[in-house]
Amino acid sequence: MEGNIDKIVLTEAVYYILLSIYTPMHGYGIMQNVSELSNGRVNLGPGTLYGAINTLLEKKWILPLIEDLNSRKKEYLITDLGKEIVKNEIVRLEELVKNGKKIRGEN
Amino acid sequence: MKKVVYKFYYDFEKEEKWLNEMSSKGFALVDFFMGKYTFEECEKGEYIYRIELLENLVSDPKSIEYINFLEETGVQHVASSFRWAFFRKKASLGQFDIYSDVDSKIGHYKKIVGFFSVLAFAEITIGISNINLGTHVHTEISGVNSVLGLFCFLIGIVFVSISLRFSGKINKLKKEKIIKE
Repeated sequence: MEGNIDKIVLTEAVYYILLSIYTPMHGYGIMQNVSELSNGRVNLGPGTLYGAINTLLEKKWILPLIEDLNSRKKEYLITDLGKEIVKNEIVRLEELVKNGKKIRGEN
Repeated sequence: MKKVVYKFYYDFEKEEKWLNEMSSKGFALVDFFMGKYTFEECEKGEYIYRIELLENLVSDPKSIEYINFLEETGVQHVASSFRWAFFRKKASLGQFDIYSDVDSKIGHYKKIVGFFSVLAFAEITIGISNINLGTHVHTEISGVNSVLGLFCFLIGIVFVSISLRFSGKINKLKKEKIIKE
């Protein structure tokens, strides 16, 4: 296992991939969604996405949906464990933002 | 109209650059076999080409699964040779890089270093044993052995230099990783 799941720091790509599959989505959909969410700032390469999906499947943060017989495309969905990881990540990101704003006097 | 060019590349980055230059001139690679590049006319700059070293042979089920995944994202698999695959994507669909973050780029470079290190070791070993044979055992073909050996040895050195170049790139990326994602 991971050890402490509240100690995990996600990459930007993985964070956005996990957010994308709160509803089922296939690979190309994830790429487009991540690009949209980030206003075109994050463009996942297909090789990078493929590697990330396989690692996330191994860790059981996401699961593959039973393939639609009419389509070769495989869809993925976030698991409860994956959602837990995202929740912890948001807490971590909030801490970063809060401290940044505090020190810059932006509150 | 088809255009055939015979060319030999040992450096896939230069090869990739050349394919993209050809595309910008209106020639799109449609097939590759042992140094024979077949092009078809296309609109100038219609395609972006990328060459990738796959984990396994292109015919391996794992590679096929990977290539299918890429094809779902608008990428076309144009040709392949052993573990090397030639991909292209329409430039109108946006930028095309197979790897978009530091970790996966390092992963690809590591595969390349491994690939060329093995080749370099083989070429240098074959090279040195042939040179030895050529200089110590005097037969009618000693000269052939020496020349062949030297040739293998030099190719080995080229492969070593490619390995070193990509090791350097890996180190550079690792340094960047200390301060940014």
